[in-house]
Amino acid sequence: MNQDPVSQVDQERLGELVTINIGPSHPAMHGTLRVITVTDGETIVKAEPEIGYLHRGVEKLGENLTYHQFIPITDRLNYCSAIPNNVSYEMAVEKLMGIEVPEKAQLIRVIMMELARIADHEVCVGILGVDLGAFTPFFYLIIQREEIYEIFEWYNGARLTNTFGRIGGVDADLPDDFEERWRELKPNLRKANEETEKLLTHNRIWMDRTIGVSAFSPEDALNWGFTGPCLRACGVKRDLRKDEPYCMYDQFDFNIPVGEHGDVFDRYKVRMIEMEESIKIIDQAYKLYKEMPADAPLKARVPKVIKPPAGEVYSALESPNGELGFFVRSDGSDKAYRIRIRPPCYMIYQAFNDLVKGGMVADLIACISSLNVVAGELDR
Amino acid sequence: MEDLRERVEKCLGPKGLVVAMTECRGDLSVEVPKARLLDVMHLLKDTPDLEFDFLSDVFGVDNLAFYEKQKPKKKPEGEETEVKKEKGPPPPRFEVIYLLLSLKRTERLQVKVRVAEDDMEVDSVTSIWKAATWPEREAFDMFGLRFKGHPNLKRLLMWDEFPAYPLRKDYPLEGRGEERHLVYGE
Repeated sequence: MNQDPVSQVDQERLGELVTINIGPSHPAMHGTLRVITVTDGETIVKAEPEIGYLHRGVEKLGENLTYHQFIPITDRLNYCSAIPNNVSYEMAVEKLMGIEVPEKAQLIRVIMMELARIADHEVCVGILGVDLGAFTPFFYLIIQREEIYEIFEWYNGARLTNTFGRIGGVDADLPDDFEERWRELKPNLRKANEETEKLLTHNRIWMDRTIGVSAFSPEDALNWGFTGPCLRACGVKRDLRKDEPYCMYDQFDFNIPVGEHGDVFDRYKVRMIEMEESIKIIDQAYKLYKEMPADAPLKARVPKVIKPPAGEVYSALESPNGELGFFVRSDGSDKAYRIRIRPPCYMIYQAFNDLVKGGMVADLIACISSLNVVAGELDR
Repeated sequence: MEDLRERVEKCLGPKGLVVAMTECRGDLSVEVPKARLLDVMHLLKDTPDLEFDFLSDVFGVDNLAFYEKQKPKKKPEGEETEVKKEKGPPPPRFEVIYLLLSLKRTERLQVKVRVAEDDMEVDSVTSIWKAATWPEREAFDMFGLRFKGHPNLKRLLMWDEFPAYPLRKDYPLEGRGEERHLVYGE
């Protein structure tokens, strides 16, 4: 019975394609995503994502709720970082109504949005590590993310579904001891990032699992509608904070990291550097904020019932995942006529087949994690 | 550099490709004839001083309620939507809006086509931008717009057997009690 196992393989069945269903509820999946893969051995021949398991009809709800009632619904898009969703929607309605938001409110928005960006990137990098078998960095990052959520909670009472701001500005000022909290948090954030980099960046296994995996060319990325860190990882320097500045972003000094190969490693690296840049932005924004008089207005004069004039606008901002845009059409009543959300990871995830084709099944999970696909945003 | 409006007019106007042009809060939108959508997109993409090379989004709009609501109003205020200016029979029910972006100039343009209820077919732009793949599928899913030349036109968010188009204005918010019956072992 000492036969070579290879010779026992049924020669006729070699090269036969196998269809594997991954998800919708799979421990390595981010939310309820489903991918139907056709594999040849362990190599992926075709991967077809199926989405819609978290579809709640957010756009339909937007047509049936008043403008202010819709803000809490936008929390449920990218639930890892709700604040950029809220602000993006508010900016669209403000643009439609022609409201100038006071500078102090804009600075509070910037501070909160950058905190949310750090939290989002921390989850993304942490989970990417977990999916590839590196469990330790997850803890370093998730502790700091929780500290950021403490700040959110202490600002308006919610960890995840923040319902931040109002149309025309923000409802509350930063609490008095923000400076103290931020001074405490900042070195911890930097330390966690440093430790993560130490554990991952030059780790032999990490490099083998990420470098060259699901690499994408800049031309393809633009053709598929990529934005955000995934596009920058391909080497395209595009960031709405610089290209189409909103919320006073043109007054801050920060860099936009770009990658070279568009692979998982570059996406990870771009996110790590962006966290550091966000810390710099928060410092600058807080400095400007402190120069403002204490009684500066936080909210523009907005009618109690929001009734924008008939018209339609599209307004977008750079969310942690990329360009998050809202198209709002008003017919002059107190409810929007049509709200269209342009979620960033929706555009990125549609290229999934091209991203993973020819790779291994294990790399498929790494790819999903590095794209930061959030089901709430994907399915709306 | 000329205004974006003039440049678009200069590019599309002489070929008779502009039906209407409106501006709302700095967002320019141009309505083009449905039959020549692909020509328009190629022109907008390849003309040197436009270069709208990035497709941001594609989505449908159902104008059914918009016209019904507009009628009883006494006097429309503001001249911002072209819908208000028009007289006579209401324009076709559906609209497809394409959000374009020029990466070099960071300018945005909305291109729209109107689609009548009895002819729901629009040319797919997936041959120009792959980014339209899922958004077009979603517009099919939500409004029943059919995109000619789309590689894989099937429902995206709702299940395949779903009997209605949920984002249409005549579909109730609560739904009609559709249930999904999964068939196993097929």
